Amino acid sequence: MTDTQNLTLVQAVRDGLHTELREDDDVVVMGQDVGKNGGVFRATEGLFDEFGGDRVIDTPLAESGIIGTAVGMAAMGMRPVPEIQFSGFMYPGFDQIVSHMARFRTRSRGRFTLPMTLRAPYGGGIRAPEHHSESKEAFYAHEAGLKVVIPSTPREAKGLLAASIRDPDPVIFLEPKLIYRAFREAVPEEPYTVPIGEAATRREGDDVAVFTYGAMTRPTLEAAETLGEEGIECEVVDLRTISPLDREAIVEAFEKTGRAVVVHEAPKTGGLAGEITAILQEEALLYQEAPIGRVTGFDVPYPLYALEDYYLPSAARIEDGILEAVEF
Amino acid sequence: MLAKILPNGSEFVQKRLILSQSDGRSLSAKALFLIILNYLRKRYYPGGGQIGHAKVGSTVSVFDRAYDDTVRVLDEEGEVVGDLPDLDDESLVEMYRHMRLARHFDGRAVSLQRQGRMGTYPPLSGQEGAQIGSAYALDDDDWMIPSYREHGAALVHGLPLKQTLLYWMGHEDGNNAPPDVNVFPVAVPIASQIPHATGAAWASKLRGEDDAFVCYFGDGATSEGDFHEGVNFAGVFDTPTVFFCNNNQWAISVPRERQTRSATLAQKAEAYGVDGVQVDGMDPLAVYSVTEAALEKARDPDADRPRPTLIEAVQYRFGAHTTADDPTVYRDDDEVERWKAKDPIDRLESYLRNEGVLDDERVAEIESSVEAQVADAIDAAESMARPDPRELFEHAYAELPPELERQYEEFAALRDERGDAAFLED
Repeated sequence: MTDTQNLTLVQAVRDGLHTELREDDDVVVMGQDVGKNGGVFRATEGLFDEFGGDRVIDTPLAESGIIGTAVGMAAMGMRPVPEIQFSGFMYPGFDQIVSHMARFRTRSRGRFTLPMTLRAPYGGGIRAPEHHSESKEAFYAHEAGLKVVIPSTPREAKGLLAASIRDPDPVIFLEPKLIYRAFREAVPEEPYTVPIGEAATRREGDDVAVFTYGAMTRPTLEAAETLGEEGIECEVVDLRTISPLDREAIVEAFEKTGRAVVVHEAPKTGGLAGEITAILQEEALLYQEAPIGRVTGFDVPYPLYALEDYYLPSAARIEDGILEAVEF
Repeated sequence: MLAKILPNGSEFVQKRLILSQSDGRSLSAKALFLIILNYLRKRYYPGGGQIGHAKVGSTVSVFDRAYDDTVRVLDEEGEVVGDLPDLDDESLVEMYRHMRLARHFDGRAVSLQRQGRMGTYPPLSGQEGAQIGSAYALDDDDWMIPSYREHGAALVHGLPLKQTLLYWMGHEDGNNAPPDVNVFPVAVPIASQIPHATGAAWASKLRGEDDAFVCYFGDGATSEGDFHEGVNFAGVFDTPTVFFCNNNQWAISVPRERQTRSATLAQKAEAYGVDGVQVDGMDPLAVYSVTEAALEKARDPDADRPRPTLIEAVQYRFGAHTTADDPTVYRDDDEVERWKAKDPIDRLESYLRNEGVLDDERVAEIESSVEAQVADAIDAAESMARPDPRELFEHAYAELPPELERQYEEFAALRDERGDAAFLED
C-alpha cells in the first residue's frame, strides 16, 4: 500500500516540485518570491529551506529575464522550472516563449533541447485584480514546439508536473488557481508520473460528450450530475493536456455519443473549443447528430470581479449548452 | 612622485600614465588632473560616480578605466599605442588570416545573394577586428552565444563556414554545429539571446564548472528590455558572462545617438554593478586583450570583482544591415570613408609588416588560401541537397506527436502522387 497524503492541488504542486528537486540535481525552481516567501500561493513553501537558494531561486522581477535565463540553463542540460506569478504576466516573456522555448530544438536540429517547465497559475474566479484572471492557454497551444498541460486534480497535478519536468521538451504548465484549494485528494508520497497527451474520462455517459479542462471540470461535472438526474447521461472528458491534444480520446467519446459540447473559460474565438470542433469534423463527421456546442468565456477582456461570475461558464450555462446539443 | 601623492595607487597611476601616453598624446596638465580626479573618485566613491566604478582595494586593471577611455593597442597606421597582448607571431598571423577569411567570405556571401544563390544575408565587413579579436580570446571549452552577424567570431570558435552558408541558404542544418563546437544557434530577435547567455553561464556556475560565456549583440540591442534583464540577472547572480556589444554605430538606419542619451554604452554596466569597458573595435589586438581579461575574470569564482563584464567595441559596419538594406538612404559616404580609414585588417597588416612578420609573398599566400577555403565551403554548401520534407517535422519535439506524424503522412502521400514539382517554386 502506497503512503499517501491528503493534499489540495497547490499542495500537490508543491509536493511534485519537492519530489523532482530531490530526485534530480539538475532541477531548479526559479521565479519571483518562490524562495524565502514560498510563493504567493505557497506552491514552493519550505523548498528554499530544504534545498537552498541555488536550487530554489528568488529572481529579480523580470518575466523575460526569468524565462530567458531558464532557456539558457536548459540549453546547457539543466531542468529549470521557472514560475511566472500569474499567467497574466507572462507577456513580457512571450518573446522568449515563442521565439526560443518553442524553437530551440528545431533551430539546432536537436542539438540543443530545452527540458524546462514554465509554471503559472491561470484562470478566473478568485476575485483578483485586473490581469490576474485570464485564461490564454490557446496562445501556447498554437505554438508548435511547446506542450501545454493543465491539471485539474491534486493527484494528477503532481504526476503531470513530474512528467513535465522530466519531459525532454519545453512544457507550459498552467495551474487552475480557482481550484488550488477547492478540495483535497489522496496523493501518493512516492514519485510518479501521469502521461502528457492523454485525456481522462471523468464521467461515463451515452448521450453527449463534454470536453473540458482545468477549473471548468468541476462546474461541468456538476451540470452533468444535474442532467443525470433528468436522465441525460454526459460523458465528461478532461483533456489534461491541450497540446498535443488526445485526438483519439476526443474522437472516441464523440463517436459514442454523436453529440459534443466543449467548455472552457477562455474566450470563444480562437479558443480550444474551435480546435476540438474541427477535429470532430475531420474525424467523425458521419457520427454527428447535432451542432457542436461551445460554452466559453465571452469575447471580451476579462472583467473585474463584480462581473466575473457572469463571464465564467457556470453550471447553469453549461447545462443549457448541453441541453441544446442533446435536444437538437 | 605620483605614488607618493597617492599612497597604494602607484600601480594604478603608472598604468594610467602608460595608457594615456600610449594614446600618442603628451600628458597634459589637464589629463593628469583628470587621472588624479578619476582615481580619487574611484577610491572614495566606489560605484558612486559616472566616471568610475572600482571597488576599494580591488586589483587595478583595464576595468578601472573611465568608460570613455577607449582601450587601444594599435592606431590606425598599425603603430603600437598600448600594451601588446601576449601573442606569438604565428597566432598574430592566424588572427590576420581569419580576418581576411571573414572579409573574403563576406564579399562572396553578398555576391551569392545578388546572384540568387543565397537568401538575405547580414554582412560583417568592418567588424572583423571585434569578431576575430574577441573570439581568439576564448578557450575551446568556453561558449559563444551569437546574434546573427557573428560569422567571423563563430568561425574562429570552430563553426565551419559551410554551416553559416547553409543557414543563410535556408537550411536549418546550418545551426547544427558539430558537437564539440560550443556555439549557440543564431538568435535573430534583437537582444533575446542575452538572457540565454546569462542562464547558460549561471548553469555552469551552479554546476561548479569553470567555463566562460561570451554573448554578442549590437548597439541597438542595448535599448531592448532583454539587454537590461539579461545583464541585470548576470550582475545579481554573478555569472561568468562577457557581454560583447558590437557597437557598429547603426541599428539599420537608426544611429547610435538615437538609441540612448548615455555617452557610452559601456557605462550601462555601472547600473548593474558589473564591469564595463570601451575598446576600439577596429583594433583586433585591443579587443583580444580586453576580452581575454574579461574572460579570465569571468572564470575566477574568487575574483574580487564582478564576474560579468560589458564590453563596448566601437566599430563600424562598412556595408548594409542586410542585403535587403540600402545604407545610402540614411548615412553619408564621407562617414563610411572615414571609418574605412580605420580598417581593422589594414591596421593589423601594417603592424605585422612593420614587425617583419608579414611580407607581400606571405600576404598573397594567405589571400589565395582564403579564397580557396571560401570556394570550397560554397561548393560544399551548394552541393547540399534540398532537405526531405520529413525534416520539417523531425525536430519540433523529441518524439513526433501522432497528429504531426499524420500531417506528415498526408503530405508525403500527396507528394508521392503529384511529385515535387507540384510544390516547389522555381
